[in-house]
Amino acid sequence: MSSNKKYWKSVEELNENSSIVETLKQNEFVEPLPTDEFLGDKNILESTSTTRRDFLKFVGFSTAAASLAACEGPVVKSIPYVVQPEEIVPGVANYYATTIADGYDFASVLVKTREGRPIKIERNTMAIVNGSANARVNASVLGLYDSLRVQGPKKGGEYISWSTFDAETNQKLTDIKASGKAIVLLTQTYASPSTSKLISEFKEKYGNVRHVVYDAVSESAALEAYQAKYGERGLADYDFSKVMTIVSVGADFLGDWQGGGFDSGYSKKRIPDHGKMSRHIQFESNMTLTGANADKRVPLTPSQQKLALAKLYSYVVGGSVSGSLPEAVESAVKSAANEIKKAGSNAVVVTGIQDVNAQTVALEINAFLSSKAFNPSTPIKVRQGNDKEVAKLVADMKSGTVGAIIMSGVNPIYTLPNASDFAEGLKKTELSIAFSLKEDETSSETQYIAAAPHYLESWGDVELKKGHYALTQPTIRPLFNTRQFQEALLKWTGNDVSYHDYIKEAWGTTILGGSSFNQALHDGVFVGTIATETEDTTVSEEGETTQEMPSGNAAQALAASAKSNGLELVLYAKTGMGDGQQANNPWLQEFPDPITRTTWDNYLTISKADADELGLENSHVANGGLNGSYAKVTVNGVSVTAPVIIQPGQAKGSVGLAVGYGKTKGLKEEMQVGVNAYPLYQNFNNVQNVTIEKVAGSHEFACIQLHNTLMGRGDIVKETTLEIFNTYDREDEEHGWNKVPKVSLNHEETPVTSPEVDLWDEFDRSIGHHFNLSIDLNACTGCGACVIACHSENNVPVVGKDEVRKSRDMHWLRIDRYYSSEASFEGDNEKKDNISGLGSSLSEFGEMENASENPQVSFQPVMCQHCNHAPCETVCPVAATSHGRQGQNHMAYNRCVGTRYCANNCPYKVRRFNWFLYNGNDEFDYHMNDDLGRMVLNPDVVVRSRGVMEKCSMCIQKTQKTILDAKREGRPVKDGEFQTACSAACSSGAMIFGDINDKGSQVAKLKEDNRMYHLLEHVGTKPNVMYQTKVRNTTEV
Amino acid sequence: MKQVIHRKLSKSILRLILILVVAFTTSLSAQEGDPAKGKSLFNANCAACHQLDKKMTGPALRNIEQRLADEQGLDRAWLTDWIHNSAGLIKSGDAYANKIYSEYNNTAMTAFPQLSDQDISDILAYTAEEKAAPPTPEAGVGAVAQNGGGSSGISNEIILGALAILFILLAAGLYLVNKTLRRFATAQNIELPEETKRTPLWKAFVKNQFLMLVTAIFFLLASAYFVYGYLMQVGVDQGYQPVQPIHFSHKIHAGDNGIDCKYCHSSARVSKTSGIPSLNVCMNCHKSIYEYNGETTPEHSKEFYDGEIKKLYAAAGWDDAAQKYTGETQPVKWVRIHNLPDFVYFNHSQHVTVAGVECQTCHGQIQEMEVVEQFAPLTMGWCIDCHRTTNVNMKDNAYYAKIHEQLAKKYGVDEVTEAQMGGLECGKCHY
Repeated sequence: MSSNKKYWKSVEELNENSSIVETLKQNEFVEPLPTDEFLGDKNILESTSTTRRDFLKFVGFSTAAASLAACEGPVVKSIPYVVQPEEIVPGVANYYATTIADGYDFASVLVKTREGRPIKIERNTMAIVNGSANARVNASVLGLYDSLRVQGPKKGGEYISWSTFDAETNQKLTDIKASGKAIVLLTQTYASPSTSKLISEFKEKYGNVRHVVYDAVSESAALEAYQAKYGERGLADYDFSKVMTIVSVGADFLGDWQGGGFDSGYSKKRIPDHGKMSRHIQFESNMTLTGANADKRVPLTPSQQKLALAKLYSYVVGGSVSGSLPEAVESAVKSAANEIKKAGSNAVVVTGIQDVNAQTVALEINAFLSSKAFNPSTPIKVRQGNDKEVAKLVADMKSGTVGAIIMSGVNPIYTLPNASDFAEGLKKTELSIAFSLKEDETSSETQYIAAAPHYLESWGDVELKKGHYALTQPTIRPLFNTRQFQEALLKWTGNDVSYHDYIKEAWGTTILGGSSFNQALHDGVFVGTIATETEDTTVSEEGETTQEMPSGNAAQALAASAKSNGLELVLYAKTGMGDGQQANNPWLQEFPDPITRTTWDNYLTISKADADELGLENSHVANGGLNGSYAKVTVNGVSVTAPVIIQPGQAKGSVGLAVGYGKTKGLKEEMQVGVNAYPLYQNFNNVQNVTIEKVAGSHEFACIQLHNTLMGRGDIVKETTLEIFNTYDREDEEHGWNKVPKVSLNHEETPVTSPEVDLWDEFDRSIGHHFNLSIDLNACTGCGACVIACHSENNVPVVGKDEVRKSRDMHWLRIDRYYSSEASFEGDNEKKDNISGLGSSLSEFGEMENASENPQVSFQPVMCQHCNHAPCETVCPVAATSHGRQGQNHMAYNRCVGTRYCANNCPYKVRRFNWFLYNGNDEFDYHMNDDLGRMVLNPDVVVRSRGVMEKCSMCIQKTQKTILDAKREGRPVKDGEFQTACSAACSSGAMIFGDINDKGSQVAKLKEDNRMYHLLEHVGTKPNVMYQTKVRNTTEV
Repeated sequence: MKQVIHRKLSKSILRLILILVVAFTTSLSAQEGDPAKGKSLFNANCAACHQLDKKMTGPALRNIEQRLADEQGLDRAWLTDWIHNSAGLIKSGDAYANKIYSEYNNTAMTAFPQLSDQDISDILAYTAEEKAAPPTPEAGVGAVAQNGGGSSGISNEIILGALAILFILLAAGLYLVNKTLRRFATAQNIELPEETKRTPLWKAFVKNQFLMLVTAIFFLLASAYFVYGYLMQVGVDQGYQPVQPIHFSHKIHAGDNGIDCKYCHSSARVSKTSGIPSLNVCMNCHKSIYEYNGETTPEHSKEFYDGEIKKLYAAAGWDDAAQKYTGETQPVKWVRIHNLPDFVYFNHSQHVTVAGVECQTCHGQIQEMEVVEQFAPLTMGWCIDCHRTTNVNMKDNAYYAKIHEQLAKKYGVDEVTEAQMGGLECGKCHY
C-alpha cells in the first residue's frame, strides 16, 4: 500500500517525455568510448605515416619488452627500527583517544594508527558529548597529510627558524607593549580551559591585550540570547532523545546548527519502539538534512520564519503578535502549537534564525514548557565567536590603533564579508602573525606565518559543554617544523614548560579533582564535577550590549523585524565542506551532498517557481551530466555569480548558497571549485535580501543524481506511516506495509522467499559466522559519515569532477536520496490507478509533478548487498567474484580481467570499475598521487589498479581481524565486536552489523523484525544487507 | 597494583633470608678453588657484565685477585666484601671501591650475597687460569679438511680424464687399424664391396608426412610444456638467496645457540608480519657478545664474524670500547627475501599462534641456513595444497568449540581441514 508511492530522484524524471531519463535507464556507463575522437578525424588518420602493420609491430614489440622487463623481480628493502618503540608492533593498529577542535568541528574521536601513522578516525564511544564523528571529522585525517601545508615558520615568503621567529617577535611585542598600542589575539573558538588560562597570563604580561574569538559561521545571536537569559555565554544544550515532539524553525540541527552533534540523540527516538516515535515538524527555507528527516516540513521564507516563530510563541506561551502568514503556514503553526501544548515538557522548540530575539523566544518557549530536552545547567561551549568584537577589531585595525595581531585557526580574509577592510587594516599593524596550517588567503598577507601543527600532532583540551572535558593528544610526531599557538604563548610569556605539562598541571589543580590524568588521556574524555570558568571574551569595554527584555517584547520585536522585499538568500554550510577550512581535502570535495547529490561544487538552490520566473534552468545533457544556468546574486552591491540548481522543497521566495567554497590559496588547483559566498555574509547574518539575474553560460555539475535511476520500482524504499504501522499487519490485504513480494509459480502467487520459487540450491550457511548488515531507514539521517569512513578504510580513490560527471565515481557506499510526492497515498494511488491510455497518463503524471514543491525525502544507504544468490557471480568469466560461506561476496582483484559483466548484471548498481590508475597518476592529482597523501592508505586493503572491478567487501579485513583476535585469545566472538567501517561510523544506530548465526545478536533480532525487507526482494537475490521500513509519524495530535 | 607490591615484598624477604644464610656460612675458611666449577659459576653469575680479558659493563677479571693484591694491596677479604655487598663497601667510604664506582658510570655492582667463600674461590681459580692460546690449530684443521675435500675432487677428475684419454687412444687405434687394412686391400687389389646408394634416413623421414605431423605435434606440445613451465616460474623466487648488508647467520643463532625464532621475530605471534627484529633486540645479547667463538670455516672465519658484529655496533650506534651508545645510528637496509604480492593478505599470527605451525614448515630448516634462502615457492597452489591437507588446530580454543562440532558432524570427520573451514575462499586472502 504505502510502498506504491512514486519516488523520483530529479525533476527531470517527472517529465514523462524526457528522453534522457529513458536513455539513462538503459545505460549504466553513460558515455561511449571516445573512439570517434581518435578515429573520426580523417585528416589526422591520413596524414599519419603509421600503418596498421606498423602499429601491430609496435604493440608486439612493446608487449614483449614489457614482459621481459617484468621478469626481473625487484629487490625489496626492509628497514626495521633501530630502537623499536614498545607500543608499536608492525602490522598491529594502535588506537588513541583525542579530540578535534578546529573551531568548527568538535568531536571526541579515536585515531587508528598503523606503524605510527594515523590512518583513520573513529568515534569515541566513551564520549557522552560530541561522540559522533561526522563526515568532515572522519575526513580530517587526510588534512594531516596535506602536501600543501606550511612546513616551517615563514617570514616574507622565506622559511626562517623558530629561534629567529622568537627573537624577532619577542622584541616587537615588547616594543608594542611599550608604545601602548593594543595587541590582539584573534582566534577560533578553542573552548579550552588551558588556552584561556594561557591567554590571561599573556594578557598579564603584555597589558593591553585583547582576545577576539571569531567563528567563520557565527552563532553570536544564540550566544547573546543565552547570555542575556542565563548569564553565561554558551549555547543551549538540547538532548532530542528526551522529547517526543520537536519543532524546529530554521534550525538545521542534524547539520551544523550551534556546533552540531545532536543527531545521535535525535535518532534514538526516531525508531518506533512499542508503537511510539518522536514527531518532528520543520519550518525552513532551504531543503536541509533536518527538513529531509522531518515528519512534516513546511517551506517558508526566512522572514516568514520569524513571524512563524513569534506566532508559535504567542500560541504556546501567550501574548499576541501582529502580521499575517500564508494560510497554509498559519495553520501549520497553529497545529504545531497545539502539538507542543499537548506534549508539554515532552516538546522542544529550536530555531536557527540568526537573531537575538528569535533565539530568546526559543529559549523562552522551552523554559515555559520546562522541556526535558533542554538542560540550562550545561551550556555548550563550542561556539564563542563575537561578531561585534570582530567588527570593532576591523574598525580599530583600519584606524591604526592595533599594534599587533596574532591569529590562530582563522582565515578572516577568506571568511570575512569585509575582507578588504581587514586586509587594509592588517597592513597598518606593526606585527602580524598567523598560526596556520596553510599559506592561505590571510596568512600569506601577514608578516609571519607560524606553521601550526594539525590537531593529530597537537596537545590540547576542550570543554565541550560545561563540566564535560576532552583532551587532544598527538598521534604522530610533527611531520613538519611546526609549533602550536599555545606553545608560542608559553614562549612569549617566558614559560619554559611544554604545553602538555601545562595542561597536565592545569587539569591537576582544577578539573580532575583527584582523578588520574593518564586515565582521562586514555579515555579522551572526562566529566568533571567542578566547572571551570573558561575565559569570558564577551565583556567589552562598553559592557553588555544586549538588554534583558521581557519575553513578550522579544516575540513582538521578532514579528516586527520580519520584513522582506524580494528574494531572500539563506547562506548555509554544506555537510561535506562546512566552513571551508578543509577545502583541500579531496574526500570531502568528492563527497556527494546528501540533498543535491552534487560533488565538487556549491550552487544557488532555488525553487522551481522562482527559477521559471527568472528563466533559470537545469538541463541534462546527453552524457548524463547536469548543466545549470548561472545567476548573479547581489547583496547591497556585492555580487557573486553562481550556478543554479533547482531544489525541490526550496521555499518560494528564498534561495540558498553554501559557504566554504571558492578558496583560492593554499589548495590544489583541482580543489579550487565553487564560488566564495562569504562576501554576501554581511553583518554575520545568514539571511540577506538579494536580487538575482540570469547570466549567460551554463555550468557543468558533477552530480550523481541522475545515474542509477530508480527504474520506477517502488519497492526500493518501503515507507509507511506510524498509524498504519501500529494498526495493521505487515501482510494486511489492504493496508499491508511490508508485504513480501509474490511471484507466479504455476500460475499461483507464491512469496518470493519460499524455496519452491528458487532457481538455486540453497547452501547451508548455518555453521560459523553469517554476516548481515541492517540499515534502519528511520534512524538514518543521511549525514554521510559512513561514506567517508568507507573511503578511508578501503582506500577508495578520488576520481575528480570530470570523472564523477561521467558517472565514474568510485564510492563503495552511496546514500541514495529519493524525493516523494507528499500528496496523500490514497489520492496518488487513485490517480495512478485511474490512468488509462497514453493521453491520460501524460496529463495525470503531469499533474502529479506539482507535488515536487515540497517533497518528502528518503535516504537510503546502498552498498554491495552481498546477495546469497548473487547475479554478478554467475556471469564472471574468470570467477573473480565468488561467495564466501560467511555471507560476503568476495572480489579477487588480481583475478579480475575487467569484462564488467558483473556490473551490468548487478541489480543494485554497486560495482565500480577502475577506468584509470588512480594512484601515482598526475592526471588524478589527489592524495594518492603524492608520498605524503599515500600515508593515509590502509595497509590491510589492496589499492586497486586500472581495469578491475571493485566494490564493498563488507569490510572483510575487519571481520577477519575480529575472528583472528578471538581465535588468538581462544574465546567466542561477542555481539557488537563485528563491525564494518560504515556501521562503526554510524552514530545514529542506523547501521547494525553482526552475525545472524549468533541468535542472541542484535542483527539476528533485526532480521526477524517486522519492518525488515530486502532491496528488490522480488528479484530473489537474497541479500545479506537488509533494510528496515521507514515509518513517518504523520499523526497530527 | 597489589600484586606488584606483593611481589616486591616477597623479593626483598627472599633477599633478606639469603643474606642471613650467607652470613651464617661465611665462617668456613677459604679453600683452594676448582676452576671447572668456577667457570660455570662465572658464566651463571658474572658473564652478563664481566669478561676475562675485556672491559665490559664491569672490568676485565683475568687474574683479578693477583692484580688487586699487586696493584692495590687488597686481599681476598676485600674482594669478598665487594662481591657480597659492593654498595655497602662504597658507602663505607672505601677509597678503591669508590674509585671503581665512579670509573664505571656510578653503577654499583649487583650484590651476590648468595656466593659462598668456596664459590668465590672457585671463580677466582677460574679467573686465575692462563689465557688459552689463540685457536690456530682449528684453522689448520679447516685447511686440512679443505685439502682433503679438494684432493678427492681432483682424483675424480683424474679418473675421468684418464678414461677420456683411453677412449681417444682406442678410437685413434681403431681408425689407424682400419686405415691400414684398407691400404693393404688396395695394395693387394681386393675389391671392396660397393656401398649401394640408399635414400638417406632424413629424406625418408621428410617424405613420410604422417611421421612429420606426429613429430611436429610432439615438438609443439613439448615446447608448449617448457614455455608453460618457464612462464609459471616467473615471479617465483624459490631459492632466492640475496646477500644481506650484515651477514646474519641463522645457523649460529637459531641452530647452534638454539634461540627461539619468536624471541627475535616476536611480532609473528600477534601481527600479520613476522617482523624483522629491530637493532635493540640484537643488542640485548650483543652488548655482551662482542666476538664469535663458535665453529668457523675458511670462508667465514672468526675475524669475519667479529667484523659482522662490528657492523651491528656501527648500525646500532654502540661504542664497544666505551660501553655506551653514541646515538649515531644507521638503520640496516635488509634485503627482503619472502615477497608476497600486495594482493595477498597473509597473517603470521594466524599460522604461528592459532594454528601452531612451525616456522620451518614454510621457511625450511632455517636453523641450518648460514645464508637464508626462500624455501617455499610461495605460490597460491602451494598455499592451497597445505590448506587442503592440514587439520585445523582447535584444541583448547573456545572459539572453535561450537563450529568444530557442527562442521565435524556435517562432514562426518573427526578433524576438520582448513579447506573445510573455508580456508580456500578467495576473499579470505584477497581483499
